[in-house]
This record gives sequence, structure tokens and C-alpha cells, in this order.
Amino acid sequence: MKKSTSTCDRTGLIDLYFLEHRAKLIDIGAFLDRLNRADAPGNPEDFRIKAFQKASAILTDESPDKAKRILEVFSDHTPDLADSAPLSKGAAGAAQEEVK
Amino acid sequence: MKFIDPHIHPSSRTTDDYERMALSGCVAITEPAFWAGFDRDSARGFYDYFRQLTEYEPRRAGQYGIKHYTWICINPKEADDPQFAREVMAIFSEFLDKPNVLGIGEIGLNKNTKNELTILEEQIELAAQYNQMILVHTPHLEDKLKGTRLIMDALENNGKIDPQRVMIDHAEEHTVGEILDRGFWAGLTIYPNTKCTPQRAADILEIHGTERIWVNSAADWGPSDPLAVPKCGVELKRRGHSDELVTKVIFDNPQTFLSQNERFTL
Repeated sequence: MKKSTSTCDRTGLIDLYFLEHRAKLIDIGAFLDRLNRADAPGNPEDFRIKAFQKASAILTDESPDKAKRILEVFSDHTPDLADSAPLSKGAAGAAQEEVK
Repeated sequence: MKFIDPHIHPSSRTTDDYERMALSGCVAITEPAFWAGFDRDSARGFYDYFRQLTEYEPRRAGQYGIKHYTWICINPKEADDPQFAREVMAIFSEFLDKPNVLGIGEIGLNKNTKNELTILEEQIELAAQYNQMILVHTPHLEDKLKGTRLIMDALENNGKIDPQRVMIDHAEEHTVGEILDRGFWAGLTIYPNTKCTPQRAADILEIHGTERIWVNSAADWGPSDPLAVPKCGVELKRRGHSDELVTKVIFDNPQTFLSQNERFTL
């Protein structure tokens, strides 16, 4: 990773952003609790949540470039191209084929 | 805070947004041709849209002292039907000479299909033939990484495109490094739920530097913010960055890129 040119030191960054990201973390916890309350036993897990869980593990590992690696988890890495697009044309946020 | 929003779709916004942008320091915008949220029924629909971009919107923006420029193309979502796309491409030449048209855009890919890629390659060739600058849309979410690489390959394979005259927009942490390493300009789009936040855009600028990067709102009919560019400027200042750095990111850099077309003046 190239050197950051931020003028804030670590404490300054924590002072600026801690509360905002504490709130986001609680939001994620509440989202997962919500899914658990709505659990449907016997159904396979949704591919988006599988990717979400895989990406979440990056948050607590020791390596840098977390945002980049999380985006890569959600990305389609298949080499093939379809002839044409599905009717919806939209994106789901996670690649179905990539999450085992 | 004087700024340029180099990628926004005000034809899908209210006049109040022009006023708020002007009050926040916006002096110029560029509006690439894009998907309207639904597929148009005929090439004639594009003809009307291109007239809106080249005749009506410049006047509406001008009422607030904002200079309006645009880009002409068939967007990736409607490019998946090659026959239809070619009918639209046949009317480009009538608009490329309009005084506020800066080039071909926003071309690119949506679902990374063979059809989309074929039309992308044909539009890149048109840009080469007419010596036009290019503004690129990279795909959304899970399709972005693969699509960005396919687009850069197509641009390089053409052999006649100068990467310094190509802006590859909607970059994120997993694509921005490769875009810059391959010699293109990179655009950071600030959206509420997808693409970048102001904080992440500031992070990318700190990590990758401020050369060949611009920041834009891409504000359209979906969740988006026409004040995203000055908000990124505020974020940089909040971290203690200098006024000079902020000005470089939100004004100087887009001016430098866009001024490669002599029609762009402030």
C-alpha cells in the first residue's frame, strides 16, 4: 500500500470517525439479528449472505487493503461472457458463482 | 468552494438542484448520455434526448451561472441490442459538432455481455475516427472488476486511443489502481449506498494521490446527491488537507482533463 498523505494521526482519525462507524457496526449486528429472526430452516443460505459472511471475516484479519479485498469478495471472477444480459439488467451486489 | 461536477445527469433532476449547486460553488458540469431508467422504444427517442442535452439543458444550467457540457453515446444498458444500438449510433454525427459536446460517453459495459462488448468496441472506433475524448461507465457492484478490465482491454486493443483522453468512471478501491497504472484517468463517484462515500473517496485520494483523478456525483433519478463533490471537499478539509489540494481535486483536475477539448472553457 502506498503511504497515506492524511494529515490526521491515528487518534485524530478515531476522534473523527469512531462514533459513525460504531453505529454502522451495530447496524450490521442488527441486520444479522433480523435475518436470524426470519430464519427459514432447511433453505440454503442466500448467496449474498454467504458473500457477506466471507467479506465480514476480512474485517478482523491482520492484513491491510480491507476495502479492496471486501469488494473483490463480492466481485464476479468468472472468465466467460454471456451473449446478452438477463431481462432485469441489474446487479445483486454479490456474484452467485464465486461464493462456496 | 468553487467546483466542477464532471459527471451528473441534471436532465433527471429538478431546477432546485441547479440552484443548490450554484449556491455551493458549482461553475460547470458535464452530463453524459445515459439510461433513462427504462429502455427507449426507438432511436428517435435518443434523438429527442440528445436535443435535450445539447439545446435545453445548457439554457437551464445557464440560468444559474453553470456552464453545461455533454457527451453523446448509446449507454451500455441499451447497447445489449446491437441492431438498436447501431440505429442510435447512426445519429451521433449530427450531434458531435454541437458546441457543448465534449466526446463519446458514457460508454462501457453493464452486465459484461458479448453484445455490450461489441457495441463498446464500435463506439471506441467511432471515437477514434472522430478524434473524440471518451467517458467510460464501469459496471455496477459485482460486475465492476471484470467489466473494468474488459473495457480497458477494448480501449487498448483499438490501438488508436490515447489513454490520457479517456476517463474511466465509477472506480472503487479494487479498480482504481489498475486504471491509473494503465495510464487512464480515474473517476470516483460518490453515492449513498453504492460506489464511494466521501470518506472512501478521500481515502483513495490519500492512498493513490491526486494525479489523473476526479470526483463526481453522477446524480440522477436514483438515490444520489448533487452536492456530493463539495461534500468530498469538506471531507478532505476535515482531515486537515490544504485548500490547494481540495481545489486540485474538485476543480483543477476536471478542468485539466476536460480542457483537452478546446470547447471546454470557463
